[in-house]
Amino acid sequence: MSILKSREAILGLAILVLLAVVASRFPGFVRPANLANVFTDTSPLILLALGQMVVILTKCIDLSVAANLALCGMIAALMDGAGVPLPAILLVVVALGAALGAVNGLLVWLLGIPSIVVTLGTMTIFRGTIFLLTDGAWINAHQMSDAFKAFPRAIIAGLPVMAWIAVAVIAVFAVLVNRTPLGRAFYAVGGNPHAAVYTGISVGRTQFAAFVIAGALAGLTGYLWVARYAVAYVDIAGGFELDVVAACVIGGIAIAGGSGTVAGCVMGALFLGIIKNALPVVGISPFWQMAISGSAILIAIAFNARSNRAPGRIILKRAEHRT
Amino acid sequence: MSILKKALTTAALASALIAGSAYAQDGEKMRIALVAKALGIGFFEAANKGAQEAAAELGDVEIIYTGPTDTTAEGQIEVINSLIAQRVDAIAISANDTNALVPTLKKAMDRGITVISWDSGVAPEGRQMQLNPSSAPLIGNTIIKLAADHLPEGGDVAVLSATTTSTNQNTWIAEMDKVKGDYPNVNVVGTVYGDDLADKSYREAQGLMQTYPDLKAIIAPTSVGIVAAAQAVTDAGKVGQVNVTGLGLPSEMAGHVKSGASKSFAIWNPIDLGYSATMIAYHLAKGDATAEPGAVIPTGRMGEVTLDENTEAAMADPFTYDASNIDEFSSIF
Repeated sequence: MSILKSREAILGLAILVLLAVVASRFPGFVRPANLANVFTDTSPLILLALGQMVVILTKCIDLSVAANLALCGMIAALMDGAGVPLPAILLVVVALGAALGAVNGLLVWLLGIPSIVVTLGTMTIFRGTIFLLTDGAWINAHQMSDAFKAFPRAIIAGLPVMAWIAVAVIAVFAVLVNRTPLGRAFYAVGGNPHAAVYTGISVGRTQFAAFVIAGALAGLTGYLWVARYAVAYVDIAGGFELDVVAACVIGGIAIAGGSGTVAGCVMGALFLGIIKNALPVVGISPFWQMAISGSAILIAIAFNARSNRAPGRIILKRAEHRT
Repeated sequence: MSILKKALTTAALASALIAGSAYAQDGEKMRIALVAKALGIGFFEAANKGAQEAAAELGDVEIIYTGPTDTTAEGQIEVINSLIAQRVDAIAISANDTNALVPTLKKAMDRGITVISWDSGVAPEGRQMQLNPSSAPLIGNTIIKLAADHLPEGGDVAVLSATTTSTNQNTWIAEMDKVKGDYPNVNVVGTVYGDDLADKSYREAQGLMQTYPDLKAIIAPTSVGIVAAAQAVTDAGKVGQVNVTGLGLPSEMAGHVKSGASKSFAIWNPIDLGYSATMIAYHLAKGDATAEPGAVIPTGRMGEVTLDENTEAAMADPFTYDASNIDEFSSIF
């Protein structure tokens, strides 16, 4: 019974039920090869959701991740066009993503502007920068080198590199969040900022670190995205930041900060990824698809809210005994 | 600035009055101004190429290809004012704003200059006629014909559209449905919506290939969708089995045509558009055709156009691009 109370178990169960429902209408969906495809397709969402998770843990939110992704992806495509080798491109996009995240972090940390305002602003600036770089022109499949497009698709031990990158990042996050001082600081800062200060943790610095991590992941995902879809333009991943926040919320990351797990976050992203991949094959009218996606998110959140509700607490135990 | 402008306009007016109508009186060449949304855009450079071709064919025409440096209505107004001052015989414009140019273009018409709009139109009171690159029925017919051309034995085809509320795509698909009886072998199995997002379009294309294992073609009448579908087909290893077609831009589709994921696709041909606009402007300015509903205006090698009740005309079917001509056009637009 106690295992059913854990949020991760409920979410895992919900994913299994979802898969069963989809399989009843389209059996091919649960073939291992297709599930691997779904995982690969969801990898960008997982990467960004993990980055978003640490930001949300510190009581912040980063709405600029998708724009950061788009800008870094465009830079990657431009560098490829200029003949820069792939390893250098990877380094640059991660560094650039981190730098863009650092801009968010510094504004939140040093100027104390609420993160939602900061990232709403930088989101527009990043997209605008892409336009300045390209005049709105597209970079298309034939303008990208084969090596650039092939890397995320290369199959190693049955899974594409893109999926392995997600697996690796999940593993790193599990260690980072649970086993390192910085990881615990994220929880401390979000859970109780005042207490965190008393224990010697700088709230601003920790939030800054969270934004840098989210930015670096967005930068990396930018390259993966552009290489996978073999096209780069101003509006790629438009509105994706909302999917990322939704994945976190479904995964039980408390928007108020300080609570949530890597496993929950990954499962939240997978839940959304399965819905996105299943809707085209189960033959549901496209007019219903958005409503279904939205309802799934609301139901998941309602579940979380219920299990999250603090039970009544007796605060004066001794007084109770005396009477 | 405004004093200078006034002085210039007055001077131009005076000289115009002295010169009278250049074309009507002597054997000089008719001067037709082709006004682009902005200079330096491949699409309009190509239209200019077509206009030059028409001028060479007509013989007594000189083309003035011009436009602002950025795509603003203000820039175009300045350009038109200077064209009025130069006393050109006709202005053919692709407008940056439907309404903002009307007063200036009216002024041009008052001075006896023939004004037509092409590609991006001007409100009816600001021009004599509008030349559209194509029309919804022609596009609807073209997109299913593109799929049918490469399916001699017929088969299942599906449509990958933009959003459920995209007016253009919905109109084209409705027109396609009207004529699909003409292609009895082609079985349209359904329409999905990629919302003009690369990732959703890619996923929908994957979904189509899973749901309909015998799918032979995907018709995507949207530039984001057609590129995403071509990539999805390539990644699924179904190049040669599933043909991606629809409407796209040559520069964006070049790679997918070369890889074979798309055998052909269509979009208007800017060269033909510049050519036809010049032909129409020539005949209207010369006075051997009038811009009124129902009028038929010859357009040289493109045949002729018929004006509808809004004095708009559709040039032709969208132009088909395939491996034979993609290189020529991919550098243009």
